[in-house]
Amino acid sequence: MKRRVFLFCSLVVLALSLLAAGCGGSKEEAKDGSAAGMKKSENVLVWGRGGDSPTLDPAVATDGEAAKVTINIFDTLVEYKPENTEVRPALAKEWSVSEDGLVWTFKLRDDVKFHDGTPFNADAVVYNFNRWMKKDHPLNQGECKYWMYMFNGYDADSIVKSVEKTGDYEVKITLREPSAPFIQNLAMFPFAIASPTALEKYGADFFKHPVGTGPFKFAEWVPDDKIVLEKNNDYWGEKAKVDKVVFRSIPDNSARFMELQAGTIDMMDGINPDDVAAAKSNENFQIILRPSMNIGYLAMNMEKEPFDNLKVRQAISHAINKQAIIDAFFAGLAKPAKNPMPPSLWGYNDDITDYEYDPAKAKALLAEAGYPDGFETTLWAMPVPRPYMQQPQKIAEAIQADLAAVGIKAKIVSYEWGQYLEKAEDGDHDMVLLGWTGDNGDPDNFLYVLLDKDNAVKGSSSNYAFYKNDQVHDLLIKAQREMDQDKRADLYKRAQEIIHNDAPMVPLDHSTDPIILMKYVKGYVPHPTGVEKINTVSVQ
Amino acid sequence: MLNYIIKRLIMIIPVIIGVSILSFMLIHLVPGDPARMMLGERATPKAMQELRETLGLNDPLPVQYLRFANHALHGDLGSSIRSKLPVTEEMANKFPATLELSCFAMLIAVLAGGLAGIISSVKPYSLFDNLSMGAALFGVSIPIFWLGLMMIWFFGVNLHILPPSGRISVGVELHKITNIYLLDSIITGNWKAFKDVLAHIIMPSLALSTIPMAMIARVTRSSMLEVLGQDYIRTAWAKGLPGRLVIFRHALKNAFLPVLTVIGLQFGYLLGGAVMTEAIFSWPGVGRWLFVAISARDIPIVQGGILMVALVFVIINLIVDILYTYVDPRIRFD
Repeated sequence: MKRRVFLFCSLVVLALSLLAAGCGGSKEEAKDGSAAGMKKSENVLVWGRGGDSPTLDPAVATDGEAAKVTINIFDTLVEYKPENTEVRPALAKEWSVSEDGLVWTFKLRDDVKFHDGTPFNADAVVYNFNRWMKKDHPLNQGECKYWMYMFNGYDADSIVKSVEKTGDYEVKITLREPSAPFIQNLAMFPFAIASPTALEKYGADFFKHPVGTGPFKFAEWVPDDKIVLEKNNDYWGEKAKVDKVVFRSIPDNSARFMELQAGTIDMMDGINPDDVAAAKSNENFQIILRPSMNIGYLAMNMEKEPFDNLKVRQAISHAINKQAIIDAFFAGLAKPAKNPMPPSLWGYNDDITDYEYDPAKAKALLAEAGYPDGFETTLWAMPVPRPYMQQPQKIAEAIQADLAAVGIKAKIVSYEWGQYLEKAEDGDHDMVLLGWTGDNGDPDNFLYVLLDKDNAVKGSSSNYAFYKNDQVHDLLIKAQREMDQDKRADLYKRAQEIIHNDAPMVPLDHSTDPIILMKYVKGYVPHPTGVEKINTVSVQ
Repeated sequence: MLNYIIKRLIMIIPVIIGVSILSFMLIHLVPGDPARMMLGERATPKAMQELRETLGLNDPLPVQYLRFANHALHGDLGSSIRSKLPVTEEMANKFPATLELSCFAMLIAVLAGGLAGIISSVKPYSLFDNLSMGAALFGVSIPIFWLGLMMIWFFGVNLHILPPSGRISVGVELHKITNIYLLDSIITGNWKAFKDVLAHIIMPSLALSTIPMAMIARVTRSSMLEVLGQDYIRTAWAKGLPGRLVIFRHALKNAFLPVLTVIGLQFGYLLGGAVMTEAIFSWPGVGRWLFVAISARDIPIVQGGILMVALVFVIINLIVDILYTYVDPRIRFD
């Protein structure tokens, strides 16, 4: 009996001590000064995000959460300017291209060392390119997916023919055909130069031991919990302002927002649209919008009646109230679109005036087209939220109502996601909601992918309007071969004009991603591509 | 005894085969091409071909299943599409976190639930009984994601007495041996880390314990009520035995069998990944791993993960069945 009483008492004591310990632990934390609104005593930036990085090897990464970290450990030969997608020198000081657009020569910086102390030079660049290009390279094995996507494949399929060292700090890249987006592609995060010594040393485990030349060095990775980077004091560019960056993965959006309120993280992305108002009203926070690099649109299948009729397409363009849709379903965090590419890209034609919302005009156009009483059709809506359209079903209902107001009866159709894309690629749809997120910040990546006749092939289409305009095709191909960016921008602006007049799709929105930061976080500039270097960020 | 265990082991085989077929078919139950579904807008013919080859989707279904089963028997459940790591290795990395959380939650559930059930059965229809059974009903019905968020908001954001989520604070160092942080901090004598880890585990384990606690309380109460009405208990009271002895030694021991069943089942559920709790409290365990894999359409993880979770469940059940034979010797001779 006494033994039982003793046992019971010790259990109570244990329980109480557990509670006390719990409270004690967090009080200490509060003393650290990390509570909301207070300044930090440590020079550490804690970034709360939705998921862990699947890998820290940029060459095999295909995922934004991986890129967010690797871009801070590694550098590319050229990089995007912080505010847009124009390309500027990075590890390469300067570059030139031959008349025929086939040979690119890069002069490299000679003052750069990898984090493991080995020098960055032409040999390192050649080693990395060979890894990406050659499918049977032991560290590739078909895993360097972005190389395949952006440079048409591996080995003989690739537009890159060879990469040679022409000096200790000079490399020559020869292409199989001229490609203007080439330089734009090279600025993407996967084409970051890794230390060849480290690649050889760690082999298949390199993804856990990333070694680059970037402003931060890799320190620690606790899977699904955190990744810690430390300041690289020998960085060749602007040195980091914080001593450490911690990327914490907190999958639940609401919980992450509460972590920010509790002051245990300094910034976060992926906020619930419903929480934006609360974030705005909290004086400890600031909200920065990431410039959009996507487009959500409604494509009309021009191979089917009545969408082969220009007036019908224009009528639909006038019938949809984009602003109302954005106010209702994007919490105001999107901009109405008038072109099939986002304004953060160079070559965007801002002179175009959008089809204004005007149901009367739409009705008149329909009557002119021979449909005074409208017609019946189908409107396909995605079954899953996408970055460019979080609530496709509700947006479809809003469009349905807008169309009904001008006499068009649209039935909403939806399939499982895989089937949806498959059927749309086959051209089974009348009107389909879809979208696109850019990769390399080149207008080609939007206009050619979404609206060139080359991509209007049944079964593998990415041009869901099946828009086939030879004039546009000529402009887009010319732009792919032209090496001068100003001239390219002109060509794309002209293409956008023709596309606007032909109205194969209704561009709906460019959604923006809000990032919530504590007031004391300064110097953060979100990049349209979704990832950026954070060496300019300070927390004091 | 040995016969009984062997019999139970043989009974597992059809269960495992069934589960393996189910988890294998998962990828094929969704209409449309799995490769296209996984690649989304970026499903170029080349990329889809690559992915189909990686996943072996070009072969007929039975061939695919036999290959899956054959690999599974050799301990190979494929590799994650996103991280390229073997599914078994990832599972082994995540399991200690889930084990730690589940054990802690079960400890709370068994102590609090069991105690509430016993007191309620001794004084049925009393105020305590009504209150605790009402609370149990509440505990079973309340959605964990809501409870979790409320707890974070109240204790983490408003009162600032517990860390909102995670497993250990950012600045706290801990040398990992077993990956069960409480254990590691004790082994290394790192009391700062121990306190920090303990503070982190309180909210998720409380949230996670609500359902098992409620179930245990209700089952304990009803089972105890039945036993307390038996003749031998009346005899025990009549003999003048002290109350605690009657309740704990005579009644509880005999009322324990259904409670053990519930504990086993609930523990199995928890170990199988407390998906919601782990996702909300960003607890890096099996449940959250599956949650992320499902949202990222990482099919090999979903397939292999479900198979392994089912396996854990089956093993827990086996252990419970074997424990029965100790609690109730009659079972051995069935």
